[in-house]
Amino acid sequence: MNNKIKRILPQLLTILFVVLVFGFFTINAQVNMDNRGIDFGFGFLSQEASFDMQFTLLDYDGQDSYLWAYVVALLNTLLVSFLGIIFCTILGVIIGVARLSQNFLIKNSAAWYVEFFRNIPLLLQIFFWYYAALRALPLPENAQPWFGVTYMTIKGYYIPSMIWENLNVFMSCLIAAIVAIIFIRVYARKIQEKEGKQLPVLYISLALITILPLLSFLIGGVTLDFEMPVLKQLAQTSFIFEGGIALPPELIALVLALSLYTSTFVAECVRAGIQGISKGQKEAAASVGLTPNQILKLVIMPQALRIIIPPTTNQYLNLTKNSSLAAAIAYPDLVLVFAGTALMQTGKAIEIVGITMLTYLSISLAIAALMNWYNKRIEIKEK
Amino acid sequence: MNLSLKRIKSQNQMTNIYIGSALLILSILDVFLNSFFRINISGSLPGNLSIFFPLILGFLGLSYLRTEYSGYKFLDSLNKNINTTNFNAFLTLFITFAILKAFPPALSWMVLDANISGDTKEACTGTGACWTYIKVWFKRFMYGMYPNELHWRINSAFLLVIGLGFVGYFFKENLKKYLALYYVVIYPIIAFLIIYYLISGGSFGLVWVETGAWGGLSLTFIVSFFCLIFCFPLGMILALGRRSNLPAIRYISVGYIEFWRGVPLITVLFMSSVMFPMFLPQDFFMDKLVRVIIAITLFEAAYCAEVIRGGLQALPRGQYDAAKSLGMGYWKMHIFVILPQALKLVIPGIANTFLALVKDTPLIFVVGLAEIAGMLALAKTNPKWLGFAMEGYIFAAIIFWIICYAMSKYSYNLEEKYKTER
Repeated sequence: MNNKIKRILPQLLTILFVVLVFGFFTINAQVNMDNRGIDFGFGFLSQEASFDMQFTLLDYDGQDSYLWAYVVALLNTLLVSFLGIIFCTILGVIIGVARLSQNFLIKNSAAWYVEFFRNIPLLLQIFFWYYAALRALPLPENAQPWFGVTYMTIKGYYIPSMIWENLNVFMSCLIAAIVAIIFIRVYARKIQEKEGKQLPVLYISLALITILPLLSFLIGGVTLDFEMPVLKQLAQTSFIFEGGIALPPELIALVLALSLYTSTFVAECVRAGIQGISKGQKEAAASVGLTPNQILKLVIMPQALRIIIPPTTNQYLNLTKNSSLAAAIAYPDLVLVFAGTALMQTGKAIEIVGITMLTYLSISLAIAALMNWYNKRIEIKEK
Repeated sequence: MNLSLKRIKSQNQMTNIYIGSALLILSILDVFLNSFFRINISGSLPGNLSIFFPLILGFLGLSYLRTEYSGYKFLDSLNKNINTTNFNAFLTLFITFAILKAFPPALSWMVLDANISGDTKEACTGTGACWTYIKVWFKRFMYGMYPNELHWRINSAFLLVIGLGFVGYFFKENLKKYLALYYVVIYPIIAFLIIYYLISGGSFGLVWVETGAWGGLSLTFIVSFFCLIFCFPLGMILALGRRSNLPAIRYISVGYIEFWRGVPLITVLFMSSVMFPMFLPQDFFMDKLVRVIIAITLFEAAYCAEVIRGGLQALPRGQYDAAKSLGMGYWKMHIFVILPQALKLVIPGIANTFLALVKDTPLIFVVGLAEIAGMLALAKTNPKWLGFAMEGYIFAAIIFWIICYAMSKYSYNLEEKYKTER
């Protein structure tokens, strides 16, 4: 009896406390909103947004609804996160491997790179790239081409855009190639298990993935054109580039800062993962006669990845959350557009901040769930 | 041709070393003269070759130098460290040349061509950095809009708070058991009172300075300091709650922790500035700075809880069992056996959380508090001082880098120290 009370009483008190806090806030919110004549509801989402965005992936103008503005802004956030994740992975792996190099100079340069970018607040890095470094770029009329066709100017980075004809044929060829490769891999594994023969899977896959899309150009009627950015004079001293894709400086600064900052953490994960594998594993693999390539592919990488992937996913998550700093340099991401402009216009503070937080929360929880599933799958099954 | 492990007859070895070092020195000299004195000794070569000339020379030189054992100490350590394979040699040269090329422009911008004299923009005539700007704005970057003649109050408050933080080191043996009580309860209260009465003023004959005038680096410290001391007890409760075997308490703690860890700090700050006032009773005014500190505390407590949970999990089960077998209840067990050991384990983790907190504080700029990033934005748009964004951000970056680097080194040392003790 006594034990039961001991178990139930603290729980009841905690629940009561939480309910009281929530109740207190809800009642206050009700009173406050009544006084100011605001009503709670999500009806505003279908109203006309009537503000513009500088940079969008989908078609958007001021006549669209707040809901559409939300979707477009969310896509902008995801674009920054996606680009940041790609670049920070590439950089992070290079730096992480370099930190384990035997070469004294490379090891130390990599270590200093990590110490340097990790210890400066991300916001300052974004500001530095946006307000200081990118402002030192040339005006459009003075810009020299990079790689012949792209232009880095103070107004953004201009790259050629691709104009496809019969894109769906090309895409289906690509998908067919990928499906074929998967089948061949499964088949090759079966053959190896049954007869002990090895098929040259890599060469077959490479051949498939180049030949099939190429065929689509030759037979399927697919054409690809590039639209080059061209300098155009607006007035006596004002020039812009037209055509192609323009990446705004906000996007560039954000991706630069995010990937440089996060790559230091990814590098540390990669280093820890490779260091976490004992030398004995490599020696044991060599002693059963595996080639160096096989050792890397079959022994080292599966174990290293098991250590590397969970903390790295966490860093990707951090990068996605940090991409909300975009609001500080006016890149139209979810926070700036929705928790900034839309909130100012509608005054629906509770709903809008709530939606914004829930969006980030669901991204985080989805990635966390995915990671847990992955962890369970690759876990060492001990008997 | 495999140069990496070639065996060289002893009479050839000396020749190889002479040729190799001559080539290597020539290549480094070429880059050095080129970048420091703008003399281009390979300029007569056609086109792009002059760019790759030192790389090719150095590469050949290093491959000549590469021997298994030469007998010269310097040469052997060079071979072992930076010249083991062709690929390594190439990377070595590449990094050396990159540093040599980048150093002179950076040096001349930051030091040689820079200006620091004078009080106005006109004093900056050189092509380098304008440190005059930093000099003029220095007090603003440090103290925000806090009145100039009252800066001693901020300084003395900080000194007092830091001094009181070190009091724990001088506790006598018989007072040691109160150490945790002092740091978790008494110290935060004293620190709060000091900052409230000294920096804010309003009583004891001190002039009232509203929080809107606070700013600069001192605000960074105030915010991160308060958030740390408040989030620690909250995090401890949440960590215990998450490991509790009472389902309601566990689920509430897990929900709290996962919620705050899932949202970005910037939305939390937005919440504190636009949404939180709606949740307060009517006519109840709460200062923006206080709201922001509460928001960051709630946010950071979730991270703190996860760190402390790590410490709790690292304790062997035997500790729990032993305490229970002595007949200790939940609270007795945790206060006297579990927490003292677990908290010692998590000190490095807490130091890392604090580091993250300091790096996150500039974000309060987005809700209009003039922290150092905010002061930089203000100074940058001042019509008298346009065009010095670079200097400002580099200055702030250097300051933050020094603080964060020192802290990360300190937390690393703590980690090493506690690792060996267990």
